[in-house]
Amino acid sequence: MILSVNGIEFYYKSRKILNNITFKVNRGEVVSILGVNGAGKSTLLKCINKILKPKKGVILIDKYNIEELDNLTLAKKLAYVPQKFSGNYLTVFDYILLERKPYIKFDITERDIKIAEKVLKLLRLEEYAFRYTNELSGGELQKVVIAWALVQEPEILLLDEPTNNLDLKNQLEVMKIIKNISYSQNITVIMVMHDLNLALRYSDKFIMLKDGFIYAEGGKEIITPENIKAVYGVEVYIENIKGIPIVVPID
Amino acid sequence: MLLKKYKYYIYKKIIFGIILIIFLIFFSILGISIGDYNISFSKVIEALFGLGNDTTKVVVWNIRLPRVLAAILAGISLSISGAVMQCILRNPLASPFTLGISHGAMFGAALAILLLGFGDIKNEIIINNPYIITIFAFLGSLISVKIILILSKLRNFTPEAMILAGVAISSLFTAGTMTIQYFADELKLAMIVAWSFGDLGRINWNELYIIFVVLLFSFVYFMHKRWDFNALESGDEVAKSLGVDIYRLRLISMLISSILVSVNVAFLGIIGFVGLISPHIVRMVIGGDYRFLIPLSSLFGAVLLLCSDIVSRTIISPVVLPVGIITSFLGAPMLIYLLIKIYK
Repeated sequence: MILSVNGIEFYYKSRKILNNITFKVNRGEVVSILGVNGAGKSTLLKCINKILKPKKGVILIDKYNIEELDNLTLAKKLAYVPQKFSGNYLTVFDYILLERKPYIKFDITERDIKIAEKVLKLLRLEEYAFRYTNELSGGELQKVVIAWALVQEPEILLLDEPTNNLDLKNQLEVMKIIKNISYSQNITVIMVMHDLNLALRYSDKFIMLKDGFIYAEGGKEIITPENIKAVYGVEVYIENIKGIPIVVPID
Repeated sequence: MLLKKYKYYIYKKIIFGIILIIFLIFFSILGISIGDYNISFSKVIEALFGLGNDTTKVVVWNIRLPRVLAAILAGISLSISGAVMQCILRNPLASPFTLGISHGAMFGAALAILLLGFGDIKNEIIINNPYIITIFAFLGSLISVKIILILSKLRNFTPEAMILAGVAISSLFTAGTMTIQYFADELKLAMIVAWSFGDLGRINWNELYIIFVVLLFSFVYFMHKRWDFNALESGDEVAKSLGVDIYRLRLISMLISSILVSVNVAFLGIIGFVGLISPHIVRMVIGGDYRFLIPLSSLFGAVLLLCSDIVSRTIISPVVLPVGIITSFLGAPMLIYLLIKIYK
C-alpha cells in the first residue's frame, strides 16, 4: 500500500466539499476518480498533493504523514498535472527540465537531460523540444504536461483530466503510455476522469464521488448502470464490444 | 542527439550575452568620452588605468565614470526587479514604475530629504545621510507593495486592473511628493522636478557603492531562486507540487526588489519603464527561462540605460535632459504594444 487517505474533510469557505473520504491505493495501481462537475474530484487530488490543506483527516504516503514531509521530499514522491495549463515563453525542453527541480542541487546535470530526452522520445515530442509552449496546440500541450510529470520520477502520479483537449488518437496514446508506465515502473496513477469509457478501459480501480462523499469504491465491478445512474443521474447500458466494456447513455 | 541540440540552444543564449557585454563596454567608453569636453577613446582608457594628464583623470573619475556606473547599476537593478515582479505577480505588465513602487520610494525619500532635514538642496540635491534616505524610500515603497500584494490576492484581478491600481498608487504618491514640493522655493522645485524624472548626474562614489552592495545581494538571491521562478511561471499549483514555498518566495522577492528599487530611486530619482522594457525584449530573443532571463535582462537594461543617458546628454546638447524622459519615450510605446498583445 502506497497511499492511504483517512477521513478527509475539506471546506471551501463554509461549504463542505469533501466529507469523510477514506480509501487506500496499492503500488502500481491505476485509479480513476469519477463524479459530476463539482463533486470534489480535483479538490481531492489537490489535498493529496498538499496544495490544499484538509480540515480533518490524515493522508499517508509510504506510511509518512504528508503534513510531516517537507515540500521537496513530497515532490520526489508525487507529481501533479493540473487541469488547466496555458503555455508561455519557456520551451518544451525547459519545461521538462524544470520538472527535475526537486532533484536539482545547483544546476541540471547530464542525467537530467538524458531523462528528459527519454521522456520526450516516449511521448514522441522530440520535434517540439525547442518550441515555446505558448505556440503549441492544446493536444501537444497536454502531452508536454504529462511528460513533465514523468520526468519527475515520482512514485505517485496525480493527473487532473489527462485526456482533456486531446483528439481520439492522442487520447488513446496518452492513456496507453500512462498504463504502460504504471505497469513497467510500478508507478501509482490517480487521475480525475470524465470519459467513463477511457476510465473503464485503462484503470484498475475506481472511486465514485457524489456530493463530497465516496459513493462507491472498487474494481470494474462497481461500474454498473445502477451506480452510474446514482452518481451522474443518467441511464446507461454497459455493453461488451470485442472484450472492451462500453458505457452507452440511453436518454 | 537532443543533448547536442540542447547545447546549441544554450550556446545561442550565451552568444546573446557576449554581444550585450561588448555593447556594454563600447557604450561605457562612449559615455565617458562625450560631454562638454570630449575625450578620445584612447585617452578614456588611459585615464581609467590611471595614466594620462590630471584634468582628464579628474573628469573621468569624478564626473563621467560615476555617471556611467550609475546608468549601469540602475539599469541592472530596475531590469531584474521588473523581471522578478513579472514572474511573482504573474503579470507581464508589472515593473517598479508601472506598479507605483518607484513613486512610493520617491515620496519616502523626498519626505526625508526636504521635510525631515536629512538632506538639502543647494545647486543639487544633497543627501546628508544616504542610509536614512534609503530607509525612508524603502518604507514608502513598502506601502505600494502592501497594496499590490493585497490586490493580487483578489480573485479575477487581471494584470490590466493591477496596472490601473499602479496608476492610482503612483498618482497618490506623486500628489504627496508635490505637496512637499509646494513648500520648496523655485530653485529647489526645479531640482526636485529634475530628480523625479531621473538624474544620473548627481551620484557620488559612496552612493554608488551602496547601490552596488544591495544589487549584489539581490542578484545572488534571485539567481539562487531561478528554478523557483521558472516553476512559478507554470502556475502556483505546479510550483507548489515541485516543492516551492510560493508564499515565502513571493514575499521575499517582492521585498528584495523593493529595497533594490528604493535605493536606486533615493539616489537617482524615478527612471521609468526600464524594468518593463528589458525583460520583455530579452524574453522575445531568448525565451522566458529565468536562468538566462535574469542575467541577460540585467545586461540589456544596463545597455539600454547607458544609451538613453548618452542620448539625453547629446540630443539638445549642451542641455542635459533627465534620463527618465528618454526611457519614457521608449517605454510608453512598449506598454501599448504589450496591451495590444494581451488583447489580441
